[in-house]
Amino acid sequence: MSEFKVRTMAEMTAVGEVPEVLFWVGCAGSFDDRAKKITKAFAKILHLSGVKFAVLGTEEGCTGDPAKRSGNEFLFQMQAMMNIQVLNGYEVKKIVTTCPHCFNTLKNEYPELGGNYEVVHHTQFINSLLNDGKLSVSGGSFKGKKITFHDPCYLGRANGVYEAPREIIQKLDIQLTELRRCKSNALCCGAGGAQMFKEAEKGNKEINIERTEEALEIKPDVIAAGCPFCNTMMTDGVKNFEKEGEVQVLDIAEMVAQAADL
Amino acid sequence: MISSLVFFVLLAITSVAFYIRVKTITSNINLGRDVEISDNPSLRWKTMARVALGQSKMVTRPVAGFMHILIYLGFIIINLEILEIILDGLFGTHRIFSEFLGGLYKPFINSFEVLALGVLVACVVFLARRNVLKLKRFWSKEMTSWPKSDANIILIVEILLMTAFLTMNAADSILLNTPPLELGRFSLEHYTGVDMNNSGFVVSQLIVPLLPSDFTSLAFIERACWWFHIVGIFAFLNYVPYSKHFHIFLAFPNTYYSNLKNKGQFNSLEAVTKEVQLMMDPSADPYVNPPEGETTEVPKFGAKDVQDLTWKQLMDAYSCTECGRCTSVCPANQTGKLLSPRKIMMDTRDRLEEFGKGLDANGRDYKDGKSLLGSYISKEEVWACTTCNACTDACPVNIDPLSIIIDLRQHLVMEESAAPAELNNMFSNVENNGAPWQFAQADRLNWANED
Repeated sequence: MSEFKVRTMAEMTAVGEVPEVLFWVGCAGSFDDRAKKITKAFAKILHLSGVKFAVLGTEEGCTGDPAKRSGNEFLFQMQAMMNIQVLNGYEVKKIVTTCPHCFNTLKNEYPELGGNYEVVHHTQFINSLLNDGKLSVSGGSFKGKKITFHDPCYLGRANGVYEAPREIIQKLDIQLTELRRCKSNALCCGAGGAQMFKEAEKGNKEINIERTEEALEIKPDVIAAGCPFCNTMMTDGVKNFEKEGEVQVLDIAEMVAQAADL
Repeated sequence: MISSLVFFVLLAITSVAFYIRVKTITSNINLGRDVEISDNPSLRWKTMARVALGQSKMVTRPVAGFMHILIYLGFIIINLEILEIILDGLFGTHRIFSEFLGGLYKPFINSFEVLALGVLVACVVFLARRNVLKLKRFWSKEMTSWPKSDANIILIVEILLMTAFLTMNAADSILLNTPPLELGRFSLEHYTGVDMNNSGFVVSQLIVPLLPSDFTSLAFIERACWWFHIVGIFAFLNYVPYSKHFHIFLAFPNTYYSNLKNKGQFNSLEAVTKEVQLMMDPSADPYVNPPEGETTEVPKFGAKDVQDLTWKQLMDAYSCTECGRCTSVCPANQTGKLLSPRKIMMDTRDRLEEFGKGLDANGRDYKDGKSLLGSYISKEEVWACTTCNACTDACPVNIDPLSIIIDLRQHLVMEESAAPAELNNMFSNVENNGAPWQFAQADRLNWANED
């Protein structure tokens, strides 16, 4: 990120500044090579839109989502309380995150443990930047391309956010082709509930293959995603069918960054 | 007079038997952990009105949804007719409502007949979907012989009941259209008092040509169908609470007590919060005696057996009518894994029935060495779930199989330390370096310095 410096909460607080929003990067966004591209794209969008944002940097730790979904409530609450101490210490009010799992956990499960913040998913945040005119995009780069969107479970069914990513897609001048199973009927990519971190149980197919097959049926140029884990699963699926030359798996943030010529 | 007495005895037996069974189910449900669900009553009533009364989630699958609404409407409205039958039975009257309704009585019965025809058609279609078209969700692994025949028995009984109702009306309509003087010769003059306008009822008139013409036979058919219909209903009422069909009652309370939170919000364990707070509090003294009156009992985490689940989760189990919509949308099940959310609910109910029976026979300290997790539900099933909430979203009566799966996982992880090895690795990574993978915490911001 040579264009600008990403500042941490510690750095901002040291000089008495308060960010508009805290960008919660998440573990995938921090460490996974594919997800880091999404992180960078979103950071660029924030910078371009003139949003004063900060990250926790090395003070951020796993929200505890994979621990909670796999039944390790102890570990979850340990993580949650450590994070809440940090967040409350900085008097954080608003959080945006590119990961629906972090989004869900911070939004729904931290309040009971003393962490009360306004939490939004990056698709909601980008959508309001577009609505407020702080960011403008031209749809040129996606003209004539067939694009579909895979709903992340923890954004859609878990929190009822279906429209924000679709509205962004519309603003990119894209005719969205919906998957057969979409919105509340969407099929999981197979990564949720800590499945990302283990082999699947015995069956006759991998879930991401089933979902990718469904997406490939409509012969898209781009499969849009809103979750780093879905992104990995769908990317692996596309590779499995040896379609990586024809079909791209892109996060909504990456598409916006591309359209805004970032 | 004798028939009134016989009727009274049958009604009394039916009511007592039904009461006893409902009491057993209630006490089984109360074996579950206590949990307070009383917030937001107005939203709860609305949810019940929309989901149970309004069948809003049924119609997401239009064919089954529409057919189900036919049966549901028929069932609720035809109950008014059953009230008349019960009053006639007790007082020896014939079509007692005709006295109050006068000219409106015939349209009243006509509307029931239309509904009865709807029920009949829907039941035939449902039977065909299960047994001729063999829809996948009715033939999956957990649909063993009893769940399959349970569904067929109910459908066939409903068809028989509706046929009896219509045949009764057909025979009766001929008699009601006959002048009392003529009927008097056969002592059948009580078949009177309904304003029939010399025609039959709207649907059952189609059966009229199939019936004999002599009045004695007609009266016999009318009586036989009347008794068959009402005794069938009494039997049905006492079959329902032993069958998956109990959802006709429990759908209402079960949707009232629905989870109103975002589906992504899993319950927080207070017992864990206390311990974690103690761990994180530098001034806490772990050796201090608990305050007077507070128990030192070690809390149990998660669920191994039915009594570790909440009463609501147990009510869910009795509310399940095994439609299999949950399983048909489950990503694990669709890709051939063992997990089936419907089976989770069926297992919970079967285990609860078994455990409840054991308690009744052997007293409160009864242990049979079995448990829901292990004897009914395997670890393999529990670990196959992606927590995607497709099952809870699909359930027409807001049953939550996912919460049971998570409670079972909590038991495996926190009581037995029996998570799959890869998950244990993930746990220690989160614990040691704050991420599910083995990356150093110090490298978290590296992305910001890359291109």
